[in-house]
Amino acid sequence: MSKSLSWRGVIVLFIAVMGFVYLAPSLTGDLPAWWSNLLPRDKIHLGLDLQGGMHLILEVQALKAVESHLERVVEELKLDLRKSKIRYMEINRIGSDRVSVILMRSKDAKPFMDMAEGNYPDFELKSVSGDENQPTFQLVLISKARGRVMKMAVDQALETIRNRIDQFGVSEPDIRPQEDNRILIQLPGVKDPKRAMELIGKTALLEFKLVDEENSVEEALKGNMPPGDEILYEISIDRKTGRQAKIPYLLKKRTLLTGEYITDARVQIDSRYNEPYVSLSFDARGARLFEQITGQNIKKRLAIVLDKKVNSAPVIQDRISGGKAQITGRFTTDEARDLAIVLRAGALPAPVVIIEERTVGPSLGKDSIDKGFKSMLIGGAVVIVFMVIYYGLAGFIADFALVLNILFIMAGLAFFGATLTLPGIAGIILTIGMSVDANVLIFERIREELRLGKTPRSSIEGGYGKALVTILDAQITTLIAALVLFQFGTGPIRGFAVTLSIGIIASLFTAIFVTRIIFDYLYVLRRMKKVSI
Amino acid sequence: MEFIKPGINLDFVGKRKLAFLLSTIMIIATVLLLIWRGGPNFGVDFSGGVLIQIKFDQKRTPSEIKSSLASINLQDSIVQEFGEEGQFEYLIRIRHTDIELAGLGDKVKQALVSELGQGVEMRRVEMVGPKVGKDLREKALFAIFYALLFIAIYISGRFELKWVMSIVMALSLAFVVYICSSFGMTVTWLILIALVVAIGLCWFLKLKYALGAIIALVHDVIITVGAFALTDREISLSIIAAILTIVGYSLNDTIIVFDRIRENLKRFRRRPFEEVMNASINETLSRTILTSTTTLVVVVALFILGGGVIHDFAFAIMIGVIVGTYSSIFVASPVLLVWESKFAKGAKGKINSNK
Repeated sequence: MSKSLSWRGVIVLFIAVMGFVYLAPSLTGDLPAWWSNLLPRDKIHLGLDLQGGMHLILEVQALKAVESHLERVVEELKLDLRKSKIRYMEINRIGSDRVSVILMRSKDAKPFMDMAEGNYPDFELKSVSGDENQPTFQLVLISKARGRVMKMAVDQALETIRNRIDQFGVSEPDIRPQEDNRILIQLPGVKDPKRAMELIGKTALLEFKLVDEENSVEEALKGNMPPGDEILYEISIDRKTGRQAKIPYLLKKRTLLTGEYITDARVQIDSRYNEPYVSLSFDARGARLFEQITGQNIKKRLAIVLDKKVNSAPVIQDRISGGKAQITGRFTTDEARDLAIVLRAGALPAPVVIIEERTVGPSLGKDSIDKGFKSMLIGGAVVIVFMVIYYGLAGFIADFALVLNILFIMAGLAFFGATLTLPGIAGIILTIGMSVDANVLIFERIREELRLGKTPRSSIEGGYGKALVTILDAQITTLIAALVLFQFGTGPIRGFAVTLSIGIIASLFTAIFVTRIIFDYLYVLRRMKKVSI
Repeated sequence: MEFIKPGINLDFVGKRKLAFLLSTIMIIATVLLLIWRGGPNFGVDFSGGVLIQIKFDQKRTPSEIKSSLASINLQDSIVQEFGEEGQFEYLIRIRHTDIELAGLGDKVKQALVSELGQGVEMRRVEMVGPKVGKDLREKALFAIFYALLFIAIYISGRFELKWVMSIVMALSLAFVVYICSSFGMTVTWLILIALVVAIGLCWFLKLKYALGAIIALVHDVIITVGAFALTDREISLSIIAAILTIVGYSLNDTIIVFDRIRENLKRFRRRPFEEVMNASINETLSRTILTSTTTLVVVVALFILGGGVIHDFAFAIMIGVIVGTYSSIFVASPVLLVWESKFAKGAKGKINSNK
């Protein structure tokens, strides 16, 4: 008996020491150097609701990615048809799943079908009945290919956003894909939520387009849009009054160059006006294109369009070689810096929409921690005093188990790298109330056995034996509820489920195993005659 | 020290008609209240919208705050004081879901700063798009449903060694849910039907312990929701977590009573079921009251001291602990008795004739 007792004692001592070791980094800021080299040094992770920060869920408009994929296919088709000398009336994208092709000559129908089936395996070719002389076809994107395009859009968006956030500089961001084309982003300790949101949500599609100077903007605004043109606006905000002004530009629809050739973008300060601007460097191909464009359009205006808004439209003074360009505007330094980041990280393949946002300020998080721990201390103290009054020495033993239990829960959080959230603190508090339950069950049973006139030793044995099954049954059902909660919950709720689960397991260990050791020591080894319970 | 003297024998089972009446009244009151209010008062998590917690450096009135939101056309938002006195904290709720929700927190801040000056601190912004709200609502209902289902399976298997039966029940329930969902039913109806079917299945498959437990749990959940409707509190994500905790806690109590009933049924084979049940409830009474007290103590501490964000969560658990304790004594066990008296007429005539 005494041998098994000391073994059990050693096990508890070992686990308690391990608990302290895992908990120490969270308790004190400066651990000795030898500690950090040998032992765990991770603090308990605090959830966003406790340390402040931002939680976002974005939805990637993946259909838009499919549409732009179809637009590219339209351009490819035009090229292919020209190459194969097939003459067409028009090629258009229809909706978000097909491309319609109208040919000019009926004899082209057969070669077109052969070409389409060979070159476009992602599409199903449908012949649409129409004019005999103008064979009409539809290329329908098969659902597998459609799914692939959408998935790629989400993957690419995820990668781009991760790049942007990395460059923005947030410690320990958490970015992960979710179902339904959604992306979860958690940014602890972000100071300026608005800026972060703009940085993440910006599509950052940079386009260079020529200004149509032969036709008038006024005419186009009235509805006489010249073919192949479009109107885009420059939006300027007066810093002092905050008033917005919209300046229309008539642009050629065709995009001459996009941001995909950018290799670098940096903020620089204009020495004359002391205003920041963004300088761009293109790769070799981009530089060649840029040189061509500028060379062919000297004295014309080239509009720099970002996300369908005109940024500026400078006049091309000379052919520009070397692949450098500048984007000026009335930027603040932060705006210029963020623009440089998004241009470097690249454009999103499709627009994103923020569908869920939760921001917690750092002061609220600190308040929550303070108040949570205060209620834990007071609630715990009342329970501890109560147990001693009600059960005497046995109550004291249960209290010891309770304190050990809290140590184990905290250490468990650190050990599993779980996150402590505000509902998690509530979970610990709840565990304090509930973990004495196991001991209450055991003690009530022991009292019953004692009333039957049994010896302390056999009463204790009987009490533990009979209560054990009940305790297990009761805790397993709570564990089931906690696991369901974990499965369904996100963020704070998940934190609650984790603390509750750890709490249940820890309380089983302390309330059954640990207290039994003390009882056995007192009444078996020391043969105490009277049970204080 | 002892609250409950040993050998106590209160007639709980005899009071079951009164308890049934009380429970029925509370449940009907909840249903009427919910119908009158047009459904539960869902928070932004489930209804979509924006919730903003702000702190001023001096006292403001809700109407003052409302009128300063007029410049961004949000004067019809709900503004209320929040948290402790003297902290000047307020909650702004924006229920529109037809406007651009992203970045609304910042717009609100700018509007407040321009009208009321710089002393505004944004403490918390929660924006949930309407689609996310709907998703979360469905997920939450399913979570509660699955928790009930798994617990029913566990209890049937564990208490009556009817693992096969309980799996049969689970499968037929899954089948019913599948059939109904293929007709495009809304989740609320789906869950209601599933619950009725589950209770019916328990009855006919003779899973009486599971039957008692499930009815008690549903009872607790409904009354907690009713308490929320009565005090005009919002049901948010963390309240769902609280409700699931209540489910676990109330079951805890129920199982301990059931365990004792089973044990005593083996010991006293000759005594009538009703008497055994009442004795079992009395024997566990001391523990029931003690554990409920310690749990209530810490939850009340959390309720009073935990701060505004956790306030409603603590309230839910508080109601749940009280109702859960009541239901394990006055609902779960009497349901067993009702089942026994219906079926016992044929199978166990003896037990009934002893009355």
